[in-house]
Amino acid sequence: MLLQPEAGLLFWMLLSFGIVFFVLAKFGFPVITKMVENRNAYIEKSLDAAKEANSQLAHIKEESEAILATARDEQVKILKDAESTRNRIISEAKEQARAEGQKELDELRKQIQREKEDAIKDIRRQVALLSVDIAEKVIRNNLSDEKEQMAMIDRLIDETMVSKS
Amino acid sequence: MNSRLKYILAFICIFVLGVAPTFASSTESSEDVNVKELILDHVADAYEGHINILGLNATIPLPIIVKGENSGWQIFMSSNFHHGTAEHNGFYIASSGDYRGKIVEKNQAGEEVRPWDFSITKNTLGLLLSSVLLIVIILSMASWYKKHSKEDDPKVPKGFFGFMELFIMNVNDDIIKPCVGKNYKKFAPYLLTAFFFIFINNIMGLIPIFPFGANVTGNIAVTLVLALFTMVIVNVFGTKEYWKEIFWPEVPTWLKVPIPIMPAIEVVGILTKPFALMIRLFANILAGHSIVLGLVCLIFVTVQLGTAINTSMTIVSVVLTIFIDLVEILVAYIQAYVFTMLSAVFIGLAQVEPHHSHAEKH
Repeated sequence: MLLQPEAGLLFWMLLSFGIVFFVLAKFGFPVITKMVENRNAYIEKSLDAAKEANSQLAHIKEESEAILATARDEQVKILKDAESTRNRIISEAKEQARAEGQKELDELRKQIQREKEDAIKDIRRQVALLSVDIAEKVIRNNLSDEKEQMAMIDRLIDETMVSKS
Repeated sequence: MNSRLKYILAFICIFVLGVAPTFASSTESSEDVNVKELILDHVADAYEGHINILGLNATIPLPIIVKGENSGWQIFMSSNFHHGTAEHNGFYIASSGDYRGKIVEKNQAGEEVRPWDFSITKNTLGLLLSSVLLIVIILSMASWYKKHSKEDDPKVPKGFFGFMELFIMNVNDDIIKPCVGKNYKKFAPYLLTAFFFIFINNIMGLIPIFPFGANVTGNIAVTLVLALFTMVIVNVFGTKEYWKEIFWPEVPTWLKVPIPIMPAIEVVGILTKPFALMIRLFANILAGHSIVLGLVCLIFVTVQLGTAINTSMTIVSVVLTIFIDLVEILVAYIQAYVFTMLSAVFIGLAQVEPHHSHAEKH
């Protein structure tokens, strides 16, 4: 009994499986498998892209490291240059300052000399004037006696000397 | 964890409580339990469905569509038969003979004959329900993919669809792809349909409440159609080389010229392959249902042996039924797997290329 296929169920089975097969084979499974395969392809593509990007990144890193190294060298060089330049400028400035100072000192010295000379000249003139004054006074006293004259002169000189000093 | 355990317990309760009273109701009338008849009645088709949960015992009438020799097309509900005791418009359910349990009518000569019977039986209902369910699941999944998978931003489904994707791609990549070979994309839709059709029917058959534990894939008509589909696809899409190997195989000439021994064997092979598919699926699922029913019958068989034995046997029966039900879930998958795999292998064998290409490989 169980081994005899029933015509009714056979018909319904044929109908329903036929419909299920048609619908799913047309609109169901191909869509799903295609989408999953697309997604897998997409994932693979993304992985490849990521790998590429990674290698590029590594490359860029290397490059940047190289650039950094050269930059560091450059920096050291520049720093050295700057130091030497600074030293040179400082020493030059020192030299110049010293020369300037020297010049000024010389100038000052010359001026002092000049002033000293002026002062001496002045003293001389004063002495001359004094001498003239003394001579006047001596003359005015009518000096009779030579002795007295001499005494007078001495005294006057002393006076002047005292007043002078 | 706790809630998951609760779900499992509830699931088992539904299984056990759903099965047990089915027999309580059907054996009430007679004291002697005829186990063989009972099992055969339950694995066979029926014109009405029974629902039994916790003492709720309902008979669901199903539509009868028949065309008799003299009365023409008739559509009415199976409740008109009053559980096989009454006659309706000349049709009645035979209680004995070749057509036991089927709708018959008397022809002019007074012999019992089968009318054209396209009734929505228990199995048909289960079949239609599973078909609709399968179509709904797969099409809603397909529409999800259409909505969410853009070329540049594909998404991965979560939850049930995620599981289904895993399942579908597993069948696609691990059964169909290696078994069919390089042409597999052409046949994948059929094989996937066959797999999930068988699987969902197997699983639905294990649910005793609704659709009444219909033994759909354990019915020879169903497996016959499935096997026919495989046979047609194998032979329609067979290559020239496949047909050459059938009618002019590379064997000593005396094996094929005066009497075509080898071609005859090969032609028989065309038929035996789908026949094996048909019987394997049918027998496995039928056996699974029979074992479950047999174990449940232990309870009723041991009633006469006293309360103590009956109680202990009831416990044994319930434990074994749960175990076998779980095994049957595994079998549901394995049989779908085997059917799909063998169909794929047969299709793959029919896709043979001429031999020189094989020779190059070696």
